[in-house]
Amino acid sequence: MREELITSGRLNPNVDPYLEIWHWQIPLYLFLGGLAAGILFFASLYVILGKENEYRGAVRRAPIIVPFILMIGLGALFLDLRHKLFFWQLYTTIKLESPMSWGAWTLMAITPISIIWVAIHIQEYFPGWEWKNVILRDLNAFFLKNKVGLAWVTIVLSVILGIYTGILFSAFNARPLWNTSILGPLFLTSGLSAGAAAIILFAQSKKEKVVFAKIDIMLIVIELFLIIHMFMGFRASTQVQIDAADMFLGGAYTAPFWIFVVVLGMIVPAILELMELRHKKIPVYIPVVLVLFGSLMLRFIISYAGQMSRWLY
Amino acid sequence: MRYAMAVDTKKCVGCADCVVACQTENNVPIGYCRDWIVEVTDGTYPQLEIEIRSERCNHCDNSPCVRCCPTGASHYVEGGIVKVTPHECIGCGACITSCPYDARYGHPDGYVDKCTFCDHRIQDGLQPACVSVCPTKCMYFGDLDDANSEVSKVLKKRKFKTLIPQAGTKPQVYYLI
Repeated sequence: MREELITSGRLNPNVDPYLEIWHWQIPLYLFLGGLAAGILFFASLYVILGKENEYRGAVRRAPIIVPFILMIGLGALFLDLRHKLFFWQLYTTIKLESPMSWGAWTLMAITPISIIWVAIHIQEYFPGWEWKNVILRDLNAFFLKNKVGLAWVTIVLSVILGIYTGILFSAFNARPLWNTSILGPLFLTSGLSAGAAAIILFAQSKKEKVVFAKIDIMLIVIELFLIIHMFMGFRASTQVQIDAADMFLGGAYTAPFWIFVVVLGMIVPAILELMELRHKKIPVYIPVVLVLFGSLMLRFIISYAGQMSRWLY
Repeated sequence: MRYAMAVDTKKCVGCADCVVACQTENNVPIGYCRDWIVEVTDGTYPQLEIEIRSERCNHCDNSPCVRCCPTGASHYVEGGIVKVTPHECIGCGACITSCPYDARYGHPDGYVDKCTFCDHRIQDGLQPACVSVCPTKCMYFGDLDDANSEVSKVLKKRKFKTLIPQAGTKPQVYYLI
């Protein structure tokens, strides 16, 4: 049998024998960023549609967690940097070809906006709240008056945030598993699905819960469709991408991916949500936790498996 | 000006003198390397062929590492050499991930490090450390735009290949075959 044996004398830490440069911080951030994008997307969507009062959970209640999860995500990103004291260099330049530069600037914009969003809805949680400072009161009045404009800015930024988490990976042609443009829409859909699931927890009216359960089922179906397309694309591509897909179709990542991401993170919660719509009694947090778990696992598995996929030469 | 290197796979014996010369010249931290030896054994036993290559950063014309760097720390300098400015590098690892040759590594001091074609030596009219020490003289370095440079002459005369040209990086280290 004809064989090719490649021996390399290189043994750089975190690079050989296979790349392991990004650890838990990156997939955790990608999950939190996607979740934040999902919640802010629906919050601003229902403001734009003028249905704020019907969807109080989405517009007023759920966004309270967004600044916190964004800050945890930013903390994780900071921990990932190896030259930490120089992090501010991100904000000395705008590099249009670098997804990470896009991400850094988007976070710079969306984090304060998420805080503003929580601030103008603070009375939802503290009904008697009054801003004591005159400037804060004026700002509060200004943003409340221009809420639809704020919602438009937020919805655009949330889509960029959601889609960039996937593009960050897909821009690397050195890692064949990541090098597919499906990853952007897949991560965006997964983030929206996680956001919709989280909103179900905050929804107070039966109607809102039902609407978001339906949205979530629809998003899960789209996700499954994108995943199938991703593997079809890999199987029809070059040898390195066939090898990348094989990690999930019989290789090392087969069991974790299909069990944790597809079955437990998508199919089971979708079935539970369907049963709920048929008036079966299902504790609401079970499908929600499963969707969030699946979304997190998707990022972890794609991140680690992608670093193992490579060109051989 | 376009600096390039050619490595003669028929002459390289894999002694790793280039690796040690680079580590010494550039103060590469212990346990790391900017250039390395690869041996490829190919064929059906007992008809086997061995190719030995001294590899390093390919100083690509279309460098994914320069493209993905969020701060501009990874950049081109004169002659197409790809370099990293340590005080602009945040150590995010994007460039390490983006390199299909895995030519970069995270320096223990935090920034990302790699081969520079010894541009500090080139400025003094010297050859890169790896080229200058090679006992079999299997490496050629010079300006591709100059038809009389050593590298231009040897590439005119010999058949050559580059590594993973299908990755679209336009690598500038050539392997004579």
